[in-house]
Amino acid sequence: MNVRSTPHEEPKMSTDLSRRGLLLGTAAAAATLAAPAVHAQGAIVLRYCGTAVNQHSGIKEKVKEDLGITLEYMPVTSDDVVRRAVTQPNSFDILDAEYWMLKKIIPSGNLVGMDANRITMFQDITPVFTKGEIAGRKIGDQGTAPRKVSYLPSREARSFSATPTQWLTLIPTVYNADTLGIRPDKINRPIDSWAELLNPEFKGKASILNIPSIGIMDAAMAIEASGRHKYADKGNMTRAEIDITMRIMTEAKRAGQFRAFWKDFNESVNLMASGETVIQSMWSPAVTKVRSMGVPCIYQPLKEGYRAWAAGFGLPKTLTGRKLEATYDFINWFLSGWAGAFLNRQGYYSAVLSTAQAKMQPYEWDFWMLGKPAAQDIKAPDGTVLEKAGSIRDGGSYEARMGAVACWNAVMDENDYMVRKWNEFIAA
Amino acid sequence: MLQRARHWCQGHAALLQAAPLALVLALFFVLPLLATAVVSLWDYTEYSLVPDVTARNYREMFEGCASLTLCTTFRTYLSTLKLCLLVWVFTLTIGFTVAYFLAFMVRTEAMRTVLFLLCTAPFLTSNVIRMISWIPLLGREGVANRALQSLGIVSQPVEWLLFSEFSVVLAFVHLYTLFVTVPVFNSLMRIDRRLLEAARDAGATGWQTLWHVVVPLAKPGIVIGSIFVIVLVMGDFVTIGVMGGQQIASVGKVIQVQMSYLQFPAAAAQAMVLLALVLGMIVALTKLVDIRREL
Repeated sequence: MNVRSTPHEEPKMSTDLSRRGLLLGTAAAAATLAAPAVHAQGAIVLRYCGTAVNQHSGIKEKVKEDLGITLEYMPVTSDDVVRRAVTQPNSFDILDAEYWMLKKIIPSGNLVGMDANRITMFQDITPVFTKGEIAGRKIGDQGTAPRKVSYLPSREARSFSATPTQWLTLIPTVYNADTLGIRPDKINRPIDSWAELLNPEFKGKASILNIPSIGIMDAAMAIEASGRHKYADKGNMTRAEIDITMRIMTEAKRAGQFRAFWKDFNESVNLMASGETVIQSMWSPAVTKVRSMGVPCIYQPLKEGYRAWAAGFGLPKTLTGRKLEATYDFINWFLSGWAGAFLNRQGYYSAVLSTAQAKMQPYEWDFWMLGKPAAQDIKAPDGTVLEKAGSIRDGGSYEARMGAVACWNAVMDENDYMVRKWNEFIAA
Repeated sequence: MLQRARHWCQGHAALLQAAPLALVLALFFVLPLLATAVVSLWDYTEYSLVPDVTARNYREMFEGCASLTLCTTFRTYLSTLKLCLLVWVFTLTIGFTVAYFLAFMVRTEAMRTVLFLLCTAPFLTSNVIRMISWIPLLGREGVANRALQSLGIVSQPVEWLLFSEFSVVLAFVHLYTLFVTVPVFNSLMRIDRRLLEAARDAGATGWQTLWHVVVPLAKPGIVIGSIFVIVLVMGDFVTIGVMGGQQIASVGKVIQVQMSYLQFPAAAAQAMVLLALVLGMIVALTKLVDIRREL
């Protein structure tokens, strides 16, 4: 099956550009050769470990139908994804991890680089990942931006390569830009800044997430917006900066600014829908959920920009033989459009836009990706109406939203210290 | 040969009989505990555990505790202990009252069984559901606030009903009172009724009988119930998290956060300290009454 000669060392081209050119060439060649792997020796089961974001039964059924591969979902929390990848690399065949987790997982050596030549659509992956730009414009680079952790110098490397190589850490699957959710019916005035999260006007009616590494970034967005501190990199604070951040947050907490902190999707939905909070950090589908309950809720674009996150597939070092082949097939399938359209219809973004567009109706594409008013009712993959005809997506088009990214979910160098300080903040 | 083996078995019958339980305990209780103790002395990085003998985890836990202001660890333990004390007082009062009613006020055995089963009925539903069902009741736009406002008792919604120490204690009392009721009820049922008659004949008032006869005889039940409640509350992080809006510190929560950030040695150290404290409390309680003799 494996007919290509795959050089197991870093390509030694003199410049970045020509190296990428080489990749494009080989990837295109691989596309024709990699085609149908043989699955005649019996059904293959892939144990798929990740957060539940992508683990939809619709995708599972389609994979079974198209590739004959059975996916066995192992839904865990994002903290558990890291824990499993580091402590039990034998327990899964494919890892759906977020890019920030890589800073913890890659040094453990439990993930190996993925061969770019085996990824058919590699050259079509959005430049958000490969170059950190969109439509030729640079986007926010603070935190663990995918661009910084996408490449390895060699297949078994335990540290990242700053420049593109043949060996990929993750193949992006899904990503989005997060902001604050608000209750327009309870606020009655325009909100345009992260600083509002700490505005005493919303005392006892605000909330952030109690996931330290993400919560502190939302806190930093709010603090920087209020002009109290300018961070060099919100995703990689110094100890002094962590102290400042936690001091301001502790003051706010003691003054009763926060109604509660939330830890999972449903908690955030309940807080907002029940009127306990009117402004809080939130995830896009949670806003959709609140709205579908008949409660007005806006995923408010803010002038300081978004906090973005991205996830992708990684290969455990234990994977060999037919399972490895099947995993490459599955990843190639994932980028080929159907899954992308499926994710885009839920308000997430897919890695290869052109293939997803081909699998979406023009009115769906216009609404989700171009920020145009919905020509007809917008439905979720399961058929429930998400938005009525005429409505516009909060934040507008793909370019407007992803172009306004300010920072990425991150693991800081001072992560230990940050977690201790966060525990202090909760105890305060 | 065979005879000698049989002889040995007879001599060590008691040991052999205890062996299965001892083995299970050694394997599933002592060994993990030892492992936790050992790991609490290890060092760690973002992604790995480093076998070592270091005081780092304990040192970082008590960092700043020498100064006058409360350090995180003390503050967390104080907050947990305070909740524990409140819950203990309420569960004990309510649990004892219910048990007393069941044991002494209900006349027929059938009625007693029915009422006792009624007490346990809520336990047929999930712990989490019983806890979460308080939220729509106590919220800002919840049933309690609507009622208070429509009755004109308050004009603004009462905020401290939910995501406060009040709601945490309420949920705990709701969840754990039965753990006190059952052992206390058991103790009360064993009291010889003639003792109560004797107390009355000797001229004791109702309160005197209760304080000098019933309570001392119910001690084993009270202590066992207290141990349940204390152990459950000290180690909890779910109820405190959900009902406290994640804003109230608890030792269990600290351990959980450390675990989720792969700081296993720090979590192990924290667990050892918590274990020592809880064991200390249980030892103190068992000093009050010799449970083994009473059982």
